[in-house]
Amino acid sequence: MTAVLQAQAATDTGTTTPTLLVEGLRVAIDGREILHGIDLAVSKGEVHAILGPNGSGKTTLAYALMGHPRYDITAGSVDFKGQDLLSMAVDERSKAGLFLAFQYPTAIPGVQMGNFLRLAVKSRFGDEAVKGFRKNLAERLQALKMDSSYMARYLNEGFSGGEKKKAEILQMALLKPEIAIMDETDSGLDVDAFRVVADGVNAMRGPDLGIVVITHYNRMLEFIKPTHVHVLIGGKIVKRGGAELAQDVDRHGYQPIIEELRARGEQIELPEEAGATYGGREESDERRDPFRSHGRTSI
Amino acid sequence: MATTIDINNLPAINVDPERERMLREAELSLPLEYQAGWHDDIKPVFTTGKGLSREVVTIISKMKGEPAWMLERRLKSFDHFLDRPMPAWGADLSQIDFEDIHYYLKPTEKQGKTWEDVPEEIKNTFDKLGIPEAERKFLAGVSAQYESEVVYHSMNEDLAKQGVIFTDMDSGLREHPEIVKRYFGTVIPYKDNKFAALNTAVWSGGSFVYVPKGVHVQIPLQAYFRINAKNSGQFERTLIIAEEGSYVHYIEGCTAPVWSTDSLHSAVVELIAMKGATIRYTTIQNWSNNVYNIVTKRAVAYEDATVAWIDGNLGSKVTMKYPAVYLMGPRAKAEIVSAAFANSGQVQDAGGKVWHCAPDTTSTITSKSVTKGTGRAEFRGWLKIYKGCTGSVSAMKCDAMLLDKQCYSGTTPVIEVDEEKVALGHEATVSKVGEEELFYLMSRGLSEQDSMTQIVNGFIEPFTKELPMEYAVELGRLIHLQMDAAVG
Repeated sequence: MTAVLQAQAATDTGTTTPTLLVEGLRVAIDGREILHGIDLAVSKGEVHAILGPNGSGKTTLAYALMGHPRYDITAGSVDFKGQDLLSMAVDERSKAGLFLAFQYPTAIPGVQMGNFLRLAVKSRFGDEAVKGFRKNLAERLQALKMDSSYMARYLNEGFSGGEKKKAEILQMALLKPEIAIMDETDSGLDVDAFRVVADGVNAMRGPDLGIVVITHYNRMLEFIKPTHVHVLIGGKIVKRGGAELAQDVDRHGYQPIIEELRARGEQIELPEEAGATYGGREESDERRDPFRSHGRTSI
Repeated sequence: MATTIDINNLPAINVDPERERMLREAELSLPLEYQAGWHDDIKPVFTTGKGLSREVVTIISKMKGEPAWMLERRLKSFDHFLDRPMPAWGADLSQIDFEDIHYYLKPTEKQGKTWEDVPEEIKNTFDKLGIPEAERKFLAGVSAQYESEVVYHSMNEDLAKQGVIFTDMDSGLREHPEIVKRYFGTVIPYKDNKFAALNTAVWSGGSFVYVPKGVHVQIPLQAYFRINAKNSGQFERTLIIAEEGSYVHYIEGCTAPVWSTDSLHSAVVELIAMKGATIRYTTIQNWSNNVYNIVTKRAVAYEDATVAWIDGNLGSKVTMKYPAVYLMGPRAKAEIVSAAFANSGQVQDAGGKVWHCAPDTTSTITSKSVTKGTGRAEFRGWLKIYKGCTGSVSAMKCDAMLLDKQCYSGTTPVIEVDEEKVALGHEATVSKVGEEELFYLMSRGLSEQDSMTQIVNGFIEPFTKELPMEYAVELGRLIHLQMDAAVG
């Protein structure tokens, strides 16, 4: 275990072996390395936030862990519940208890939501699980304020931003993962949908679930309080801390962190197009965050 | 032609002993080489042997005790078949050996085959589809009997009470010669194409359906249930007449693979929908992959009539099939929905044709094709709107899905419009099964095969939803089987 992880483990209470242990993970797309050695340890009961500007590699991390074929693992290891995650097929990872809530869920025309969910539950838990499926589904739908007519619709096709995210949370609730990665689940949501989604996640929070929240806004973290916060910039985790780090980033942006790193003489790769997003709340362009017009206090 | 026929006033013609005697005589008067087909047991077997000649055509007609006009029609068709060149377009048909095909087998011949003769892969597919033992034997051509025969008979009694005729084409000609003579070959004349000529020369079996004025046939008529009715020929001929204001849904085929030792299946299907009538014709065919499946299907729809062709094609070596509708009266409607699945080594050349010959007519042609491995799918659509057919509306849409790098999909739409006051739409899409879709479904725990099945079934859903439930379910299972090989 690396020094960082040992330090992290020392601050953790109770658990000794993390459920998900990522060490020295390097990931490339089309021959270009995006992640330059990621270390991360997540145990059940914890909520880890990964913050970072656009283009820093957050989604790459999520996709690489879930096993997207276009993401090449060039170095490092990932241990999930004592198994070598990187040697497992995508469906095996899911069945073992890993879940990814997509930022942009893929639409599958002609596949009815209800049939798909039944098949997914059956794949994860076996034929027996299908027995109580209908009742379980009805409860989950109600909690997420989703009408049962969703079940006849085609998977993510023509769904609004809010409907897509709710559908992701619904799948997460039905598949009962042990580790859930939530990629920008707060993006594209209006105020009401945001609250329903956040409540949905909080309802699942507990000793049986570890959550990795990927976001570049702090607002999700005001509802889902993280136990650990990691700042990912230029394909590296450059700073770690508790919930207070997220507040720091929200207030001052990434610029102070970048300057601090540069002062230490570290090389930081910054995506060109993302220049405007390093500012904190005070400095940022308000139009970037649709929530500003609603007023932060309303959510 | 549009005159209605009062079925109740037609002279009843029953099978009579005299006819049986004549048949026997006809058989005995045949040249010896043909008689050699007889087996001296309880179930006589007869075949004209391989190859085709005027003599063979004559024998077929005499064996059936047909009226002179039919023999004459067969012979004319045969001459035209010889004169007519092979189609210069479409799939490669050069491998068809017309001399290597049995053109007529008495149905009991099928019992000469045994279960052991059926290829392993076909048996395995039956296993995976969960087809009952009795049905398997029928589907493999081993048995001509099927336990649902009882179901069929009781159903037939109900139909008869309503004046509906539902029988095989041979019996139709024998028992209702006037109706058959009036309509046979009027929608698809033997000169239409080489294979229509061949079918007209040697046809055997197929269905004859007559629905009287105003009768709504509640249950779909399923060729599947009328198994012992000489239906499953290589050159079947089907004729459906729906009188004014009537409704009928006819279903042929099934999703289980139909194994055939003869490599050519060439059917002709003619539908006639009178004023205000509706005919739905649903086909699902899954021929074994040695078969050339070349079928001519055409309908006429008169004033306010509707014809729907629901046509699904899996299997076969080559399929060429373009269900067509002539819209002959105002407000007539045509709906053609087809789905084709071409796996490695298979060619699915399919589509639809509609001719708008009256004002305010409507047509939709929807085609879905899926190709895998080295499979090829070609869509051909032909839409014609004649001058004066104002207010006509037509939409043609074809979607292709490619599952592998080496498969092929093409689209050849032809649209001819001679009238300005019409509304037309044409749309074609090609999609690959993306790794994003696959990744998404697999990230929910679905295996690669299940994920592919979901994506492909979702793609052809506009077709599947037109099918009766049990067929839709079977088709889903069959697609799942086709997805077992890894995706490249």
